[in-house]
Amino acid sequence: MTALIDIVFLLLAFFVMTFKVSAQEGDFNIKMPTPGSGALSDSTELPMKLRLKSDGNGNLENISLNDSLSFGTDFASLRAKIVETVGDTSGPSSEDQGPEVEIDLDYDLHYKYVIQAITSVTGYKSGDNVVRLVQRIKFAPVRK
Amino acid sequence: MKISTRGKQAPAEVDLTPMIDMTFNLIAFFMLLINFSQSEQNDRVTLPASELAKPAEIPEEFQVVVHVTNADTVEIGGNIVNLDSLRSHLSPELSLLQISGKTPADAYIVLRGHETVPGGKVQEIIKRFQDIGFERFALRAKEQIN
Repeated sequence: MTALIDIVFLLLAFFVMTFKVSAQEGDFNIKMPTPGSGALSDSTELPMKLRLKSDGNGNLENISLNDSLSFGTDFASLRAKIVETVGDTSGPSSEDQGPEVEIDLDYDLHYKYVIQAITSVTGYKSGDNVVRLVQRIKFAPVRK
Repeated sequence: MKISTRGKQAPAEVDLTPMIDMTFNLIAFFMLLINFSQSEQNDRVTLPASELAKPAEIPEEFQVVVHVTNADTVEIGGNIVNLDSLRSHLSPELSLLQISGKTPADAYIVLRGHETVPGGKVQEIIKRFQDIGFERFALRAKEQIN
């Protein structure tokens, strides 16, 4: 009996010491064919242009939509505008259909702001449910 | 002479059953929660947080996990990769896709970027993969707990 308990405690110690709490990970799926490959959607709607400007140190300085609306660094305002433009009652768009957002960012802008921007335009949480907005995301050519 | 046995009792024994039960329960708990996806983790990558991050649904057999570390290096399968030689580095994956009757457009590139790497760097990486024929990208984020 003692040997069994010893082994059980050793197993327990092993699992306790190797246990690592890590946050759940998830993906934002983006379909980006090479321009001109013919695989692009036949949608005639022009994408909304989302400009993310850096302050030179990689931090976000300004968010603007379609070169006309400026939101400062407030992603909540951007989301509100996207909800107003796209509407959340028309149902989720798919990978190939629906409104599209083209993200144009400064090269040195930290990646976390890109993810924040994608989060803001793709949807929001309403209680336990996720309301989908824009599902088609693409990037503008790299700025150097 | 009659010897009285009064006062002589069997030695007390601790009942270990509940403790062993509890210990087995603890072992079961840790075994179920142990993270087997360590190969996808990288100590030099802290993922940006997103409230919409949901568990990945893409098939594992046709995905390439790319780490963009806090040192601005690009790692695939534990090796630092030069973007100029990306195609040659991906030749095993491309061969596997060909054997399976798939094309690069059917595969997923999972981008695990550190939160402070330049966004332009991630764009550059996407462009390099596009040049090879990959079309599907999964930008990975960690769940934001409010």
